[in-house]
Amino acid sequence: MTLDTVKHAAETPAVDQPWKELGLKQDEYARIREILGRRPTGAELAMYSVMWSEHCSYKSSKVHLKQFGEKAPENDALLVGIGENAGVVDVGQGYAVTFKVESHNHPSYIEPYQGAATGVGGIVRDILAMGARPVAVMDPLRFGAADHPDTKRVLPGVVAGIGGYGNCLGLPNIGGEVVFDPCYQGNPLVNALCVGVMKHEDIHLAKASGTGNKVILYGARTGGDGIGGVSVLASETFDSTGPSRRPAVQVGDPFQEKLLIECTLEIFREDLVDGIQDLGGAGLSCATSELASAGSGGMRVELDTVPLRDATLSPEEILMSESQERMCAVVEPGKVDRFLEICEKWDVIATVIGEVTEGERLEIFWHGEQIVDVPPRTVAHEGPVYERPYARPEWQDALQADDAGALARPANADELREQILKLVASPNQASKAWITDQYDRFVQGNTVLAQPEDSGMVRVDEDSNLGVAVSTDGNGRYAKLDPYAGAQLALAESYRNVAASGAKPLAISNCLNFGSPEDPAVMWQFAEATRGLADGCLELGTPVTGGNVSLYNQTGETAIHPTPVVAVLGVIDDVNRRTPIAFAEEGQLIYLLGDTHEEFGGSAWSQVVHDHLGGLPPRVDLEREKLLADILISASRDGMIDAAHDLSDGGVVQAVVESCLRGGKGARLVVPDGLDAFTFLLSESAGRAIVAVPRSEELRFTDMCGARGLPVTRIGVIDGDSVEVQGEFDLPLSELRTAHEETVPGLLA
Amino acid sequence: MARVVVDVMLKPEILDPQGQAVQRALPRLGYQGIADVRQGKRFELEVEGPVDEAALARIHELAETFLANTVIEDFVVKVEESVAAGESK
Repeated sequence: MTLDTVKHAAETPAVDQPWKELGLKQDEYARIREILGRRPTGAELAMYSVMWSEHCSYKSSKVHLKQFGEKAPENDALLVGIGENAGVVDVGQGYAVTFKVESHNHPSYIEPYQGAATGVGGIVRDILAMGARPVAVMDPLRFGAADHPDTKRVLPGVVAGIGGYGNCLGLPNIGGEVVFDPCYQGNPLVNALCVGVMKHEDIHLAKASGTGNKVILYGARTGGDGIGGVSVLASETFDSTGPSRRPAVQVGDPFQEKLLIECTLEIFREDLVDGIQDLGGAGLSCATSELASAGSGGMRVELDTVPLRDATLSPEEILMSESQERMCAVVEPGKVDRFLEICEKWDVIATVIGEVTEGERLEIFWHGEQIVDVPPRTVAHEGPVYERPYARPEWQDALQADDAGALARPANADELREQILKLVASPNQASKAWITDQYDRFVQGNTVLAQPEDSGMVRVDEDSNLGVAVSTDGNGRYAKLDPYAGAQLALAESYRNVAASGAKPLAISNCLNFGSPEDPAVMWQFAEATRGLADGCLELGTPVTGGNVSLYNQTGETAIHPTPVVAVLGVIDDVNRRTPIAFAEEGQLIYLLGDTHEEFGGSAWSQVVHDHLGGLPPRVDLEREKLLADILISASRDGMIDAAHDLSDGGVVQAVVESCLRGGKGARLVVPDGLDAFTFLLSESAGRAIVAVPRSEELRFTDMCGARGLPVTRIGVIDGDSVEVQGEFDLPLSELRTAHEETVPGLLA
Repeated sequence: MARVVVDVMLKPEILDPQGQAVQRALPRLGYQGIADVRQGKRFELEVEGPVDEAALARIHELAETFLANTVIEDFVVKVEESVAAGESK
């Protein structure tokens, strides 16, 4: 194949190009020709096709995502907002924290270990590129039915990949979620979150400015991995049905990433970079076009200089390669030598591949001939934007009318006892220790709380004990019943979890996992969920700092449940004041905060006992969530409570069982006046938590709740070695422990 | 008893961190002139009964589903000469 230069492209306008095979639509290809005033070269077509893909361009989601900016609450804590690699939040004492959650769903289904591992690697580099030292990771995961054979293939690989990569980097994995539902069969969700810490003055942005500044590519060599569609460009025959010559799977090297982290942090310390960007999806195409379009000038790149692992790669493939563990920096000429010296010290390959130029073009050369000449903004930011049609699906009314309140309830105390035992042993409610124990949760010595606590918490400053807490939550069942409320419930739960551990919620990141945007029903779910989340964030005062959208999570006509995953980040002045979930002191009083209504739509009970999904999810009251959070934080700070656990799926009984098992103590509960035992124990009303109050603090605590108008009900006492509900049943802790802890290893080990 | 060998290698375009580590170590140890190292796995299967087409098909299947991860690895099945009776169990 002769080299398709810019000159050649201008002279041969009629050449047939494989735009379709690269995933472009006819009008998109036409627009590229219009922008360039000629047909694109092969290399340009490769760049546009990957940067205009749904994954990189957000072309279907953009029109909805802009609400996160428009409805952003006033918040002084936000130092860097949406649009950069990750948002940055002020946590006080001169510290800033950056965090973000991203998806790596599809690669993890094809190759679970490497897919999940490189998901961790990618999000860690995002955080690093902001100037922060990565300090912790978390992984919200969703799989098909727990007893499905393919879950046994995917889950252990994903868990091993996350553990393997994170452990090698020396990053604690402090939480996340594991959810099973048949809707994720064939479309598992592997989301990855990373938290990083820096001082305010260390924030770095992705931009290339200053004519004459050098562009340096450093990290791993570029190989032929992760080049999906571009193989059609490199091969002579454009046969779209043939197998791809290159696999779309990348293999990561965490030890290389560790070197990259330390090397990059040293470069930051010596203030050697003007702009920096990690290489993730779309590789060099993305890094060069984004750096150039964020800066003031253009950029010229000599592609021959890129260090290769495989000398046979074509220029198109080099531009598209998603080889892992690479970064791109813009460096003043006078600082280049020192930059290269530091890379050399860390055994990291670094190469000057180009420079910032005057003008506004991104120009790429191969063996002295120009193969790319484009306005970088048209590649990186001015891609197509779709107003996809959306419509409330016809089945939505029937689904909501199928009220879970009408399901048969336990007829007597024995049946209630059996159903509760079944609930705590069900895969979604059971202990996930078998999974989280495979991660290193305590490396670096700053982990204060990790799974199964309500949030993961790490100490940021060893002297002042300043810390941050993060929780990730999402409930696809709720969101299926009502995407607007479902997104707000995910937000509320995550917010509540952070507050329950004693930290003040500051900001959120989200990972929006949905089916195909070409289905108006899915697009409606997406529109509703984003609207719900934006409205919710405005009301709670927690801005969205960034996130990620993953669409096309569906097999054939069947989409996954709409699954917005929300990560809330909070700050705690002194991690010694944290609130754990464990009921540890006999004699302490158990209080229920908030109101309990008959709410069973989408509940764990309806799933476990009746395999039912219908009705409406629990009502959302964000004012109440704020009040509850304030009370939980004040009570933690003033030492009024020794334990707190948020209530979500599984209701009061699930939370009590978890707190009892965690602390190794039993509980005697009394059904409050006005409630029946079933509703009390299993309803999933939002805006609630349980707390353990020392007797000496009882009056002070209830007075505070009373004064501020938060309903508070004494429901029992920590005592004995069973969970007893007076007049109903008595479940020994040993029986509960067996039920709760043996399910997941039984299915997967 | 016959021995069948299954060699498993990462596909050529897939990154091989172990091979790279070995390659980087060689010059430090004074061995020059090795441009690249790729590391793989070798399985030696002692087969009961004759290694006929059916047996090889079975081995091919087990290699494809269990010994190799064909998303990122290639494998080759080779029959070695018979192992002397005294060596086998």
